[in-house]
Amino acid sequence: MQNAVPLSWYLILSAILFGLGVAGFIYRRNIITVFMSIELMLNAVNLSFIAFSYTQRQIDGHIFSFFVMVVAAAEAAVGLAIILTVFKNRDTLMIDEISSMKY
Amino acid sequence: MNLWLIPILPFAGFLINGLFGRRMAKPLINLFAVGSVALSFAWAVTVLLRLNPLETKYVEHYFTWIQSGSLNIGVDFAVDRLTAVMLMVVTGVGFLIHVYSIGYMAEDPGYYRFFSYLNLFMFFMLVLVLAQNFLLLFVGWEGVGLCSYLLIGFFLLEQFATNAGNKAFIVNRIGDFGFSLAIFLIFRQFGSLDFTRVFDAAKGMPNEASAGILTAICLLLLVGATGKSAQIPLYVWLPDAMAGPTPVSALIHAATMVTAGVYMTARSAALFTHSPIAMDTVAVIGLATAFLAATIGLAQTDIKKVFAYSTVSQLGYMFLGVGVGAFSAGIFHLMTHAFFKALLFLGAGAVIHGLHGEQDLRQMGGLYKHMRITAITLLCASLAISGFPFTSGFFSKDAILVAAYARAPWMYWIGVLTAGMTAFYVFRAWFLAFTGEYRGHAHPHESPLVMTGPLMLLAALSLGGGFINVPHWLEPMFAEKGENQMLAWLSAAVGLIGIAIAYIFYVAKPGLADSFARSVGGLYRLVYNKYFVDEVYNAAIVQPVVKGSRVFLWRGVDAGLIDGAVNGVGIRSRGIGGVLRLLQSGNIRSYAAWVVLGSVIVLLAIGLAGGAR
Repeated sequence: MQNAVPLSWYLILSAILFGLGVAGFIYRRNIITVFMSIELMLNAVNLSFIAFSYTQRQIDGHIFSFFVMVVAAAEAAVGLAIILTVFKNRDTLMIDEISSMKY
Repeated sequence: MNLWLIPILPFAGFLINGLFGRRMAKPLINLFAVGSVALSFAWAVTVLLRLNPLETKYVEHYFTWIQSGSLNIGVDFAVDRLTAVMLMVVTGVGFLIHVYSIGYMAEDPGYYRFFSYLNLFMFFMLVLVLAQNFLLLFVGWEGVGLCSYLLIGFFLLEQFATNAGNKAFIVNRIGDFGFSLAIFLIFRQFGSLDFTRVFDAAKGMPNEASAGILTAICLLLLVGATGKSAQIPLYVWLPDAMAGPTPVSALIHAATMVTAGVYMTARSAALFTHSPIAMDTVAVIGLATAFLAATIGLAQTDIKKVFAYSTVSQLGYMFLGVGVGAFSAGIFHLMTHAFFKALLFLGAGAVIHGLHGEQDLRQMGGLYKHMRITAITLLCASLAISGFPFTSGFFSKDAILVAAYARAPWMYWIGVLTAGMTAFYVFRAWFLAFTGEYRGHAHPHESPLVMTGPLMLLAALSLGGGFINVPHWLEPMFAEKGENQMLAWLSAAVGLIGIAIAYIFYVAKPGLADSFARSVGGLYRLVYNKYFVDEVYNAAIVQPVVKGSRVFLWRGVDAGLIDGAVNGVGIRSRGIGGVLRLLQSGNIRSYAAWVVLGSVIVLLAIGLAGGAR
């Protein structure tokens, strides 16, 4: 275990990935990219789960990450379907133009 | 012994007629309505014959109705000698009045409705009489009140009838309020509502020289009794109750329901005898009611109103009897009164029927030629209520008056004076209706046999009912009071004087009455307008309540406070929502920014609070 990569490196990587995801989520305008940013955030969290689970020698983190993956897969299915429908109806993937759901 | 059959039979009649009566032929309605009461009467007789001599109480337990903590209330029926008298009066007189109603109501479009209400009334009245605990008695008590309301307002297209029904119902609520408080107090004091347990416990308590718990219970019971039995100060509903059909006035508002208060007081004798204060209050209220109602009866011109005030007055007598400790005399008078007052009302009904709805005594006269049976039977009832020697009223009224004399002579003298007035106004009505020349415009005719038959039976009972020795029969329950022949003859003599004065005023020298009324003009107007009691109640109680409800409770509390609070919450919510909806821009990236901001704030808050653990 001495030569193993320390836990903090994993967490820093996870934080960077998560930060990138947030930034992409907020600044990108293409829905597909926004969607990918969400996946990025989910997987950043997954990474920290697995890292904790490995160093703490506990199975909980693994289980959590499986749940997250299942949710992410389901979300991808539903999300992509929604995106396809939106594109069919509106001929656009620009997120700022899809703003009719307001007061 | 299946006591439950006695009340349940009329109830079955009520259900059948009430549910299917609209489509049934009249003979079929009659069969169920009258037949059920006849069977009920027959079963009551059977039960009493089998239970004879009924020295002790016979109780039947059916099922536990309410079981909660120490409160245990069963549906129990019981028969003792007091119940036996009531059962005979209610089912017997009730049956006769049902028969009479066949003729009286024949032309009415609400025929089936009338009989189903009447049967429902019989059911509740029998429950009241048979009940073995206070709560079951209260069920019957409220039930007869409901039926009374329904039947007073029977002509539901007439404004005055529905008003009278409302008045009866509301005034009775005041009394029932007192009664229910009394029931609560009884439960608190004795831990049970069962008659046997309560009265056995009460017998072990000392007499209360000053006001105590028993006095409070008895006075509250008395409030209930004054409501149901039309005593001062709650008597005002009974004269108005005459808006109902005449058989109803006879059955409910003369013979049975209004005597429920007397029955209840006699039933609770074990409580009352331990509270001299309550007993005196009962006696004084009874005496005052008897006297005042009799004076009002002197000047009424509506034949039913005369008898209505007479009923109030006679109920006052019963309360006087009960209040001076002569419970058996009070019940005796209850029974004889049921005979002759039912007869008076049914006779008045026959007159009204024969005159096509005319009730004003001034529009009658000379009817003896046209309706002989009605006239003679009504004469029997009038003699009985006047205390003519050896009629039923002679025995029962004098039993009360003698007992009153033993308690306090002044009560006796007022009672005798009242007896004289009673004789006067009853015979005034009789003379005005049946002697002299006919003054109306209708074509009077005698009623059919289905109506005159009950009249004749009741006339026989009114004359001979006094020989049923009720005080002796009730001896095991209430001690018998001594007799006093001299006082009895004296009050009978005063009754005869009353009859004689009525004869002079209205037969021998007609016109004398009018000039006499003019000479005491102010007094006459006061009595004619019933001492303006209704007006005083209206000004002192009804108007303040209505105004208070309208101005304070409706405009102030309901519209101002409650509506204001509810509407205020709504208006505020809309204001806040109006601000918050601006956040809902439709721009997905701004939503995302809010989510990020929110999670940052949550993380900061957790960090500031000292971390996750």
